[in-house]
Amino acid sequence: MPELVEIRLHGRGGQGAWTATNLLAMAALREGKYSQSFPFFGPERGGAPILAFARISDKPIDVHCMVYNPDIVAVLDPTLLGPKVVEGIKDETVMVVNTQDPPSKVREVLGTSRGKLWTVNATRLALEVIGRPITNTAMLGAILKATNVVSLDSLLAVTRERFGGEMGEKNASVIRKAYEEAVPE
Amino acid sequence: MELGVAKQEVMGLTGDEAVAYAVKQVDPDIVAAYPITPQTIIVERFSEYVADGLVNTEFVPVESEHSALSTCVGAAAAGARAFTATASQGLALMWEILYIAASMRLPIVMAVVNRALSAPINIHCDHSDTMGARDSGWIQLYCENSQEAYDTTIQAWRIAEHPDVQLPVMVTLDGFVLSHTLESVRVLPDDVVKRFVGQRRYIRVVGHEYKEVPLVLDPENPLTLGAFGMYTHYFEYKRQQAEAMEKAKRVIEEVGREYGGISGRTYGLIHPYRLEDAEVALIGLGSTMGTAKIVVDRLRQEGMKIGLIRIRSFRPFPREELLKSLSHVKAIGVLDRAMSFGAYGGPLFMEMRSLFYDEESRPLISDYIYGLGGRDMPIKLLEDVARDVKRNADRGRVAEPIRYVGLRE
Repeated sequence: MPELVEIRLHGRGGQGAWTATNLLAMAALREGKYSQSFPFFGPERGGAPILAFARISDKPIDVHCMVYNPDIVAVLDPTLLGPKVVEGIKDETVMVVNTQDPPSKVREVLGTSRGKLWTVNATRLALEVIGRPITNTAMLGAILKATNVVSLDSLLAVTRERFGGEMGEKNASVIRKAYEEAVPE
Repeated sequence: MELGVAKQEVMGLTGDEAVAYAVKQVDPDIVAAYPITPQTIIVERFSEYVADGLVNTEFVPVESEHSALSTCVGAAAAGARAFTATASQGLALMWEILYIAASMRLPIVMAVVNRALSAPINIHCDHSDTMGARDSGWIQLYCENSQEAYDTTIQAWRIAEHPDVQLPVMVTLDGFVLSHTLESVRVLPDDVVKRFVGQRRYIRVVGHEYKEVPLVLDPENPLTLGAFGMYTHYFEYKRQQAEAMEKAKRVIEEVGREYGGISGRTYGLIHPYRLEDAEVALIGLGSTMGTAKIVVDRLRQEGMKIGLIRIRSFRPFPREELLKSLSHVKAIGVLDRAMSFGAYGGPLFMEMRSLFYDEESRPLISDYIYGLGGRDMPIKLLEDVARDVKRNADRGRVAEPIRYVGLRE
């Protein structure tokens, strides 16, 4: 990963994409790193496609614009898969996708041969563990498997802090499961 | 006061949360506010602090921004420390009270989360709201990041209440880009903040029924504030306001230095970056100037002699400091995130061009209007701006004085 890691999450309003980037940023902070987390700000409507961004670095972060060439892209909702989610990616970009399809089919839908693709069935995991198709934390587990951008321990700690009690444990559990199940292309 | 740099906790805070946290630590007497996007988080967080009993502040949930600032005016005149926060249309609704707060010399602190003005309705960042208020008599300090929003909110009280100043202070932060962006923020311990801001000091009124009293509304020692002032006195009031603004420059620097002593983060009127040998300079306000640092670094690697100045204090305008810092620069690119319709360029451009009028050697100055209504200013676009300024420097004249960048035409 580069000195400044730029992350872009694609989700739908209500799926907790911004919460997810906040958790990543807080986990980084816990490790003594600098971080940023912000959504692509639009009218907040449940179900509408939204973006959330995070930046993580060992140095203070001066840049204050959107992320155009992400090092990590994650897609929280399979219905969002398409060329739009791979805009601006580089050869080294890690793409983590919530899908039940094989990587070859995902590639076809994305329309790119660039980037390193990881897949996980986050919707199934979220339904099993949390009981709702909210995939943000499952996708974080998969991102960490693919990149180690922060440690699993840091993420679990901030997740328990953020949700607390039973929801904290369930989210921690779904993070672990997705971490185990995410597979590279 | 020399305390040494305090041990600081690192928190993940949005710009709004950073402001609310600073206000919590200052614990003012009155907070009167009306929520408006993207300032809402400030009011929400602060009302939680009130509900949780973490502050002694009286929180006044008013029905409009006009009332919010009016409440602050009354409270500050009665000797209280008063705070409010707003954005865009909310600031617009405060308009007549803005001038009253400044002219009555009330040291109110207000966070303004920069947001475009309607129409069309828009909730995102530009500087149209506070730029419109630039002649209202408020000190205006523009922040680059969430850390600075926290730091400046604390410093603002000391600046506003300084006996030589006695003026209200606007602390501005870019809507969403800062207000809703979680960043690493180092926060001082409560007691260090309390010691730094101290108690509000009052101007003394001499000769009040043969004695000296503090300049506050007090039934025991009645005073009239903000009274009728005809052509016999009004003009002198205004001249004194101008004098206070002038004196505020020194105070902003002193307070910024003293704050550096306790936090390790020193602030001034302007913040230059890699400017020493620069031929080309970018100049602007707010969060975009953080992104511009990346651009300066990249172009320096290519060999371009470029630097930048971020203006922290737009009011008072740091005339001498800018002239001194820019004396060796050939060409300046001004970044304006607001328009002045019918004028020749944006508000900052007009200041910059006027600044050099009396100078023997004047740099070439071009204006780049950008980011209205929250349009993003990516690195690539800023690089284009920098290259355009460089071309002006190379050819020795400004090809196009006013350009709109990132605009579909």
